[in-house]
Amino acid sequence: MSFGRMHRKEDARFIRGRGTYVDDVRLPGMLHGAVLRSPHAHARIVSVDVSAAEAHPKVRAVITGQTLAGLNLAWMPTLSNDVQAVLATDKVRFQGQEVAFVVAEDRYAARDALELIEVEYEPLDAVVDARTALAPGAPLIRDDLEGKADNHIFDWEAGDRDRTAAIFEEAEVTVAQDMLYPRVHPAPLETCGAVADFDKVTGKLTVWCPTQAPHAHRTLYAMVAGLPEHKIRVISPDIGGGFGGKVGIYPGYVCAIVGSIVTGRPVKWMEDRSENLMSTAFARDYHMRGEVAATRDGRVRAIRVKVLADHGAFNGTAQPTKFPAGFFHVFTGSYDLESAHCEVSGVYTNKAPGGVAYACSFRVTEAVYLVERMMDVLAAELGVDPAELRMRNLLRPDQFPYTSPTGWEYDSGDYPKALRLAMDMAGYDKLRAEQAGKRARGELMGIGVSFFTEAVGAGPRKHMDILGLGMADGAELRVHPTGKAVLRVSCQSQGQGHETTFAQIVGHELGIPADDVEVVHGDTDQTPFGLGTYGSRSTPVSGAAAAIVARKVRDRAKLVAAAMLEASPDDLEWGDGRWSVVGDPSSGRSLAEIALAAHSNLELPEGVEGHLDAVTVYNPPNLTYPFGAYICAVDVDPGTGQVKVRRFVAVDDCGVRINPTIVEGQIHGGLADGIGMALMQVMAFDEDGNHLGASFMDYLLPTSMECPSWELGETVSPSPFHPIGAKGVGESATVGSPAAVVNAVVDALAPYGVRHADMPLTPANVWRTVNGDPFRTDLAIP
Amino acid sequence: MRITVTVNGQPHTRDVEPRLLLVHFLRDELGLTGTHWGCDTSNCGVCTVHLDGVPVKSCTVLAVMADGHEVTTVEGLERDGELDVVQRGFVECHGLQCGFCTPGMLLTARWLLDRRPDPDEAEIREAISGQLCRCTGYENIVRSIRWAAEAQS
Amino acid sequence: MQVPATFAYERADSVPHALELLERYGPEARVVAGGHSLIPMMKLRLAQPEALIDINGLAAELGRIAVEGDELAIGAMVRHAELLESATATGLFPIFQDAERVIADPIVRNRGTVGGSLCQGDPSEDLSAVFAALRATAVVQGPGGTRTVPIRRFHQGPYETAVAPNELLIELRVPVVPGAGSAYEKVERRVGDWPVAAAGAVLRVEGGVIAQAGIGLTAVGAGHFCAPEAEAHLVGRPPGEEAFARAGRIAAEHCEPHADQRGPADYKRHLAAELTRRALAGAAGRI
Repeated sequence: MSFGRMHRKEDARFIRGRGTYVDDVRLPGMLHGAVLRSPHAHARIVSVDVSAAEAHPKVRAVITGQTLAGLNLAWMPTLSNDVQAVLATDKVRFQGQEVAFVVAEDRYAARDALELIEVEYEPLDAVVDARTALAPGAPLIRDDLEGKADNHIFDWEAGDRDRTAAIFEEAEVTVAQDMLYPRVHPAPLETCGAVADFDKVTGKLTVWCPTQAPHAHRTLYAMVAGLPEHKIRVISPDIGGGFGGKVGIYPGYVCAIVGSIVTGRPVKWMEDRSENLMSTAFARDYHMRGEVAATRDGRVRAIRVKVLADHGAFNGTAQPTKFPAGFFHVFTGSYDLESAHCEVSGVYTNKAPGGVAYACSFRVTEAVYLVERMMDVLAAELGVDPAELRMRNLLRPDQFPYTSPTGWEYDSGDYPKALRLAMDMAGYDKLRAEQAGKRARGELMGIGVSFFTEAVGAGPRKHMDILGLGMADGAELRVHPTGKAVLRVSCQSQGQGHETTFAQIVGHELGIPADDVEVVHGDTDQTPFGLGTYGSRSTPVSGAAAAIVARKVRDRAKLVAAAMLEASPDDLEWGDGRWSVVGDPSSGRSLAEIALAAHSNLELPEGVEGHLDAVTVYNPPNLTYPFGAYICAVDVDPGTGQVKVRRFVAVDDCGVRINPTIVEGQIHGGLADGIGMALMQVMAFDEDGNHLGASFMDYLLPTSMECPSWELGETVSPSPFHPIGAKGVGESATVGSPAAVVNAVVDALAPYGVRHADMPLTPANVWRTVNGDPFRTDLAIP
Repeated sequence: MRITVTVNGQPHTRDVEPRLLLVHFLRDELGLTGTHWGCDTSNCGVCTVHLDGVPVKSCTVLAVMADGHEVTTVEGLERDGELDVVQRGFVECHGLQCGFCTPGMLLTARWLLDRRPDPDEAEIREAISGQLCRCTGYENIVRSIRWAAEAQS
Repeated sequence: MQVPATFAYERADSVPHALELLERYGPEARVVAGGHSLIPMMKLRLAQPEALIDINGLAAELGRIAVEGDELAIGAMVRHAELLESATATGLFPIFQDAERVIADPIVRNRGTVGGSLCQGDPSEDLSAVFAALRATAVVQGPGGTRTVPIRRFHQGPYETAVAPNELLIELRVPVVPGAGSAYEKVERRVGDWPVAAAGAVLRVEGGVIAQAGIGLTAVGAGHFCAPEAEAHLVGRPPGEEAFARAGRIAAEHCEPHADQRGPADYKRHLAAELTRRALAGAAGRI
């Protein structure tokens, strides 16, 4: 009943400017905080003098690392079992690191007071290049860790090393390519911030914060600050975009909390854009070398990958504990191959911590980019059309469920069908003919293909946890006497439209209009525990929980209906939103009727306590595996290196689509991300560790002018591992699209013998690549 | 400094520091939090409001510069309980997701349609090119504005 | 969000009043018009003027676009959007339309002014190259009256102009060249970005040969945003691809671009040549 296109419930407030984002929260007596940050990437702190700032008439508190050390709060755990400085005590380890926190009567005064703090630094050599971080004599970043003598974090591998090596030994064809997925930032338009309100009398701490994972935050605050968890309430209000950047806990949040405790008044802290880009969770920074072994007729046999993963100054990636490289080992992609192996080494550098952020599904983005670039490198080597090469190697429908060489169990799909559909929509053969004509005239046109398989919906709690918290989600559903329902979920929307789609799920299961279902989320005092919204997990996990809890309510309703009808529950059937006696549709009782009865003086069968509600915790049996086929056509100006994306065809299969309008909207946004990462977004650093992209003047995000009108198609392969067959889609397009754009540009440059170019493909980078002299995109341009 | 700014038809008089940004005047002094901010460098455009009927980025205008002038914010688009056609268009065509860029987009859309009642896709894309959206890939914003153009004609 | 430091604020209601305020507050005062360069710098606290003299009240007085005699006068307070939409200006010189369409974005163009852009003196500013190509004259008013400054002597280094602290840029005067063609070519990393490089060209042909050539370049370290050697090469030659390409190369040889995240120096030098060539061809096509 309730699946399909419907207007979003959320829109009514947003189009009137009546959303409530964190900076819209105003409390009586509220103070404002500002963070003093390090101008150096690596320096010893000699002294911090806050006396002038404290003397500012509007300043109420100045907090330093020393203040926090006294409270045992100078360091906090990261999501990867490392520690991170809240406010630096010994050294600063990246430019923009938090050094002091000022609390003042208004935000202007707080900003003014930062200039009154005097910090004496002793600058140290910085290391910003992951490729040199492990070199002998490299500056040691983490001398706070006992016994640490180098910048190495971890080595991790997956797959079968020996078998893969053996295939490479005997392979007819092998190709290899170094590639960089540069450091980028999710850059939601709303920056991070918090309002902390500690009530000394009740001991209750309330934190408004645009977090994608409110319950995880509450638990971590309890662990970090030693506050009792039942006295902590995290309210995640409307969020102006997250994309993974609002999963973690940032020092500013902790400072706001300490500020409130110290002053006894609510404290608001909002970071500005430069702070956001310099210090909050970055993404990628993967230096990869891929190798493919294949037969001469284009059958891929094995893939091997080595990765140097730049994790910044503190290892703060948010990913399941077991997987220090996230789900990168899904890098065999959509192809049927014999063996695979990857090795990932993590290193510290003098750059901001973070790592898994930006619609990446735990490093699936890097994995898809790697394999999809390698397929094109192989196609070029063999002289085979890249679409044809993929078609020859795609998994066949009869292979599902399919266990990949690195241990993933793909759920469902018809991959060749999706690729064929994309090629038909694009008019692939015609595009190739057009390209041939243009090449003959010296014009540069490129066609890029990308086929991705995503792994989303983390995850089975047996395998997946963050800091020991299993990744299962709760849901609570209560049907009021008049048949209107309230669903409470743990995940938190940053624009995904949960208030609409989750209502549709419940409506679908209970046979009531979605408009009769209110979705409550984002408040830990009002919702059950769960790990939050990231990694495209809301619909796969919390959405499944919503379906399951609705089915529990339906089952309960059956017992009540049986009492109403004086029939045995075994004689009832569900249809058209009613329980009725088998064969007697006229006996049907709607959910509203049943709800009223459940709250009435009707005598209920034994074991049914009355009312109509249920709770559940959904532990996903497996991930879900959305996939898609993308085709991009670009024109490149050979005289300037400018790239124009002319067309972009995206065929997505995310299983059952609850609200196709919302699904398409999510895909549109992800495709724009692909344009951005492929063509313009990058955070580069100079050799001293200065951030060269710390504002929107330098960290470029795509506008309406760079984006073509997206051409979407779909296939539907329901997931057998999800109660309604949905797979999750939030990150699909971000994961799949960069490779399509890069492949298109590299294809355009093929007449120059180009087989690879690193992102972002700025005009300068394209021109230098054409001239055989590409530069490192993640460093200062020399 | 004492200033009077007419916002959504209502004059508001306040004593402000000259350095107070218009976006903060609207949000903090008047409580009109529908106008958001997203950068410091006038690149993102989420703070867009009308100043004397023309869209400007309110993070780069001082409140004192608006003294004696008229400002329209997203809260002023709805008249007598009736949504502006651009607001309806954004609902109709799913022109928003997180809602953060939406107020600025709506105001630019209103301005565009006032000047060009029947803009084509290219004109719409150019009109909103100074305003970033991270969610929609712009597609449905363009469609929303087209819908509004057709609905009001 | 970043916020500026404190400053005194004065609103000028006439040019003499503005000059009087500048005199009163001295060299630590700054004039603010659209504010789209200055206010972000103040928010980032890269600029901390003691006083701001707001000249938005002079929009009527300094907001004219009109042909006067054989000159096109463009007031300093003309907003970018007004110049872009001015049939008078773009009809005479399509280069204004080419350039204004790619300066910042439509919302910024509603506020930013022609005079403000020039006085900011950013070495990557588009209109500096446009007016250099057009050989405009800047009219500057100070306590002693008005004076004129050829645009090719207006900029005296990055962020430095010929306008003294107690003076105000009043208007730009562009010689109207009957039968001239003009064009502007810009490479940017993304719409709304500052140029990686850009070139403007103005051409007049007489008797089959180029009688007058103006070339403006920005973001490539061209002295005074112009390319006199390339212009000299063109004058007297028939217009054509070969001459334009050669002029482009000459212009590029005389540039001193420096590397930044928009691109390495060799690329910018290449663009100086390529975009000069394209702008010249565009200008020739509009004659």
